[in-house]
Amino acid sequence: MATAMADADFAFVAREVKARSGLVLTADKSYLLETRLAPIARKESLASVAELAAAARLRRDERLIWQMTDALTTNETHFFRDRKPFALLRDRIIPELQQARPAGRLRIWSAATSTGQEAFSLAMLLDDLRAGGRGVDAEIVATDLSERVLEKARAGLYTQFEVQRGLPVRTLIRHFEKVGEFWRIADRIRAMVRFQRFNLLDDLAPLGVFDVVVCRNVLSYFAPETRRQVLERIAAQMTDDGVLLLGATESTVGVSDAFVPEGGYYRRTLVREQTASAA
Amino acid sequence: MKTCLIVDDSRVIRKVARRILEDLRFQVEEAGDGLEALTACRKSMPDGILLDWNMPLMNGIEFLRALRKERGGDTPIVVFCTTENDVEHISEAIKAGANEYIMKPFDGDILQSKFVEAGLISYEAA
Repeated sequence: MATAMADADFAFVAREVKARSGLVLTADKSYLLETRLAPIARKESLASVAELAAAARLRRDERLIWQMTDALTTNETHFFRDRKPFALLRDRIIPELQQARPAGRLRIWSAATSTGQEAFSLAMLLDDLRAGGRGVDAEIVATDLSERVLEKARAGLYTQFEVQRGLPVRTLIRHFEKVGEFWRIADRIRAMVRFQRFNLLDDLAPLGVFDVVVCRNVLSYFAPETRRQVLERIAAQMTDDGVLLLGATESTVGVSDAFVPEGGYYRRTLVREQTASAA
Repeated sequence: MKTCLIVDDSRVIRKVARRILEDLRFQVEEAGDGLEALTACRKSMPDGILLDWNMPLMNGIEFLRALRKERGGDTPIVVFCTTENDVEHISEAIKAGANEYIMKPFDGDILQSKFVEAGLISYEAA
C-alpha cells in the first residue's frame, strides 16, 4: 500500500518537474504521482513512490528526476484524435496556406507529439491529399520532451489496440503493414516526419519558422504565466499567416494576444496590429 | 432509436456487445449465425450490423455477400468484428461491402470509435 509522500519530497518533485517541463503538480494530483511513478519505484527496487521521491531529493539524482518528469508528462494519444482539427487542416487550413504560397513548402510542427500518432496522422492526411490529386509539399517536424516516447514514434510500431482507436480501417490498410502482432506505419509516411527531442521551454529558434503549429493538450498542464510565454514564443516562430491548433479544451483567449481565434483554430496576430493596439 | 443486429455464435460476445451498444442507445437484436441473421434482415433491415466472421451454417462473409444482394440490403452499415486480423481478410471484407472492421479483442472505446467511423454514431454524440 502506498505511503504518503513527505511534504518536502512532494515540493521537491513538483519544483524539479516544473523546471524541466513546465508541468504544474498540485497536491490534488497525488493520484497521478502514484500511478505514473509506481513503475519507476519498482524498477529502482524502492518500496513506494514516497521512497522514490525521497531518494531523488536526498541524492539529487538527475537520472531519477528525468525519469519522473518523463513519466508524468507523457500523455495518452491516438490517431486523428478529436477529428475536427484534421478536417479543418484538410478542408480549409492547408488549401488556404497553399494558395498563399504556390511554390512554397509548408512547414508543420507537431509539438509534444508523444508516441507519433499525431505526427503520422498529419502525414497520412497529406498523403491522402496527394493521392487525391492535391499535392502538398510539406515537412513535418515532430518534437517531444521524452526520448522514450520518441523511440516508439520512430519505430512506428503500434498494437492492434492502438490502431483501432481513431483510424478508419481503410486508412489502416492503406498506410500500415502488419508485422507479427503489430502494425507498422508505411516507410512512405514515416519518411515525411522528422522526430526530434525538444523541450518547449527551451529557445525555439533552432526549429525554424512554421506555417502550422499543432500543440494540443500541453498548455493546460502549464501555469498561466508559462502558457502565455510559450504561446508568444511559438508565435515568434510562425509565418504571418501561420495557424495554431490547440487541444479541444484549450484556447489562447485570455492567455495571450499573440493569436486570434478563427473558428476551431488560431491565427497569428500580425505584428503591426499588436503594435497598433499597444500604441 | 437506431437498431443494431449482433451476429456472433458466441453468446458471451453477444452479451458484451449488447451491453455496450445499449449504452450507446441502440435497440439490439441478436443472431447466432449468418442464416439466422439473413432471416432477421428479411423481416426488418437494421441500421447497423456487428458481424463475426467464423460461424456455423453461414459465415460472416457469406452472409454479407447475400445481404448486399437482398432488396434493401445495401442500407445496413456493416461492421465486422472478428479475430481474423490480417490484411487479406480485411480487404476481402471491404470488397464484399463491409463499412468498418474491428479486430477482436475489442472494448467499448474501440466499438464506439468504429461506429463513429462507420457513421452509425455522430461524432458529436460520441
